[in-house]
Amino acid sequence: MAIKFKGVDFIEFDTLLTDDERLVRDTARKFIEDNLIPIIEECNRAGRFPRELVKPMGDLGFFGASLKGYGCAGMSNVEYGLVTQELERGDSGVRSFVSVQSALVMYPIYAFGSDEQKQTWLPALQKGEKLGCFGLTEPDFGSNPGGMRTRARKVGNEYVLNGEKMWITSGTIADVAIIWAKVENEDNKIRGFLVETNRPGFKAEDIHGKWSLRASVTSGLSLQDVRVPESNLLPGSGGLKSPLMCLNQARYGIAWGAIGAAMACYDCALQYSLLRKQFRDQPIASHQLVQEKLSWMITEITKAQLLVLQVGRLKDQGKAEHYHISMAKRNNVWMALECARLSRDILGANGVADDYPIMRHMMNLESVKTYEGTQDIHTLIIGARVTGIDAF
Amino acid sequence: MKILVCMKQVPQKDAPLKLNESGTWIREDVSYEVNEPDAFALEESLRQKEKHGGEVVVITSGPARAQQVLREALAKGADRAIHLEDNAFVGLDAFNTARAFAAAIKDEQFDLIFTGLQSDDYGYAQTGVVLAELLGWPHATIIMHIEKNDAGIRVKRELEAGYFQYVDMPLPAVLTIQSGINKLRYATLIGIKQAKNKPLRKVTLAEVQSAIGANLQKIERLYVPQKTKNTEFLEGPPAEVAKKLVDKLRNEVRVL
Repeated sequence: MAIKFKGVDFIEFDTLLTDDERLVRDTARKFIEDNLIPIIEECNRAGRFPRELVKPMGDLGFFGASLKGYGCAGMSNVEYGLVTQELERGDSGVRSFVSVQSALVMYPIYAFGSDEQKQTWLPALQKGEKLGCFGLTEPDFGSNPGGMRTRARKVGNEYVLNGEKMWITSGTIADVAIIWAKVENEDNKIRGFLVETNRPGFKAEDIHGKWSLRASVTSGLSLQDVRVPESNLLPGSGGLKSPLMCLNQARYGIAWGAIGAAMACYDCALQYSLLRKQFRDQPIASHQLVQEKLSWMITEITKAQLLVLQVGRLKDQGKAEHYHISMAKRNNVWMALECARLSRDILGANGVADDYPIMRHMMNLESVKTYEGTQDIHTLIIGARVTGIDAF
Repeated sequence: MKILVCMKQVPQKDAPLKLNESGTWIREDVSYEVNEPDAFALEESLRQKEKHGGEVVVITSGPARAQQVLREALAKGADRAIHLEDNAFVGLDAFNTARAFAAAIKDEQFDLIFTGLQSDDYGYAQTGVVLAELLGWPHATIIMHIEKNDAGIRVKRELEAGYFQYVDMPLPAVLTIQSGINKLRYATLIGIKQAKNKPLRKVTLAEVQSAIGANLQKIERLYVPQKTKNTEFLEGPPAEVAKKLVDKLRNEVRVL
């Protein structure tokens, strides 16, 4: 990497953090700088998930970091957010992997699982010895997951599952899938199931040709008469609210993560603009139009930090509502994508090449803008909150 | 083995530094980090503890912000910490810092005291050595490797030009540790959580005041090097110019 990340803090944001929060952030930052940055461009080119980082990340406590017990670190929501920020400063795909493992696999087991399910899965998932994926989205149901076609039918003391899931992060590398299905014998109520991926009838295949999140695995899942014992039902799950609670966790992490991607782009563009000379041998940072871009970016990054920090503080007090998280996710991902585009402008042709991280972040962020509730869906969630009228 | 590690908080290596108003030191509003050689000293102490058992205690002096280096050390696995907390410790000379440390640990019994080879800010490389003298212990500097044996320890010192020296020492002893002798670990998230419950003893300036004296060293003026550029043309026939050039390179610029 030609340009080394120097950190971004315009308004002494760090003084809003506790010593522990800064230490968590700095630890994650150092880990990513040492271990991911040197290999990420190669991973992105090859479309390779850096599986070698799973164990070290588990050792450091990155999986299920905000859960308590089962070997988890019991981090506050702000600390957890700072970790995702640093992960995504490295790469959105790697952050996605951690978000899925933590917020979409460990969290539902933690929140809706039986004691036995928690004991079986959480310690192994925390260490990264077992990996998980989250099957909610289907080929025909993205923004409207309530329309899902996947069905579970109770037969004796088993459930039989049938359906297709699509755009599933970590699908082919997962040992267990959290599958959301409508239970036919229960008025088609949506419930969650733990499905070990080696069960007969379960198939996962990678989606190829992605222009985005190339360092993480994205798959389609197919379930044909997959039989699981009734003990694999997540007993606490019930209704669409359950998977949406998981998404809330993940969206919150994304709101922080996007800041990391934005910081990476901005810092790279800033340093580049001070080195790159055009016209009268002056650095392009001395040009007004370049300064306008840099000013816009640092302002938006700073606003995004304050927004998500407040949401995190609310979350730590148990007061964060889903629409708060929607605002943070919507704003911050949009902001990050704009920063990537402006940074690419500043780097000119160099911004297109993977000597610099910007185009990779930009392409990643296109996915981040769409998954876990699209920009538009979050707009409607905020709209519904302020008007009291659902516009879905 | 019971090991004390002396650690210092220093300005971050790539942080932009601004001079304070009196021009005697840098402004406080800068990012700080653990002095790098001290991080290696801590790592070595944790490895020794993992091999031989015992306890790792970390000590620092400085204002409240300096506690961060102790927190980080506790998160990485140190058992407890001692903080000599006062602004007066900023800029204190190595002699008095060592005297303050010696006073703060007078009721403790350590087998080994580690310091980093030197600090990244002042770069005295003296605190450890002076501390050994004050305690009446043997010391060795620039340590690359430590092996415990029945009689004490055998250490490998780095000398100049690729030479090393092996020294057998009795315990207790003071060692100053060279950077890069091991691979630093990361603090784990759970370690950061657990660090909160580890003991941290605060020592006030008053408690060690009688042990220390007036600062023996003072920075009169700190300034950014003035850039000067001077072009001189050497005239004459080539042989003569070459001779003048060699003379200048040897006696003025001193690069030959």
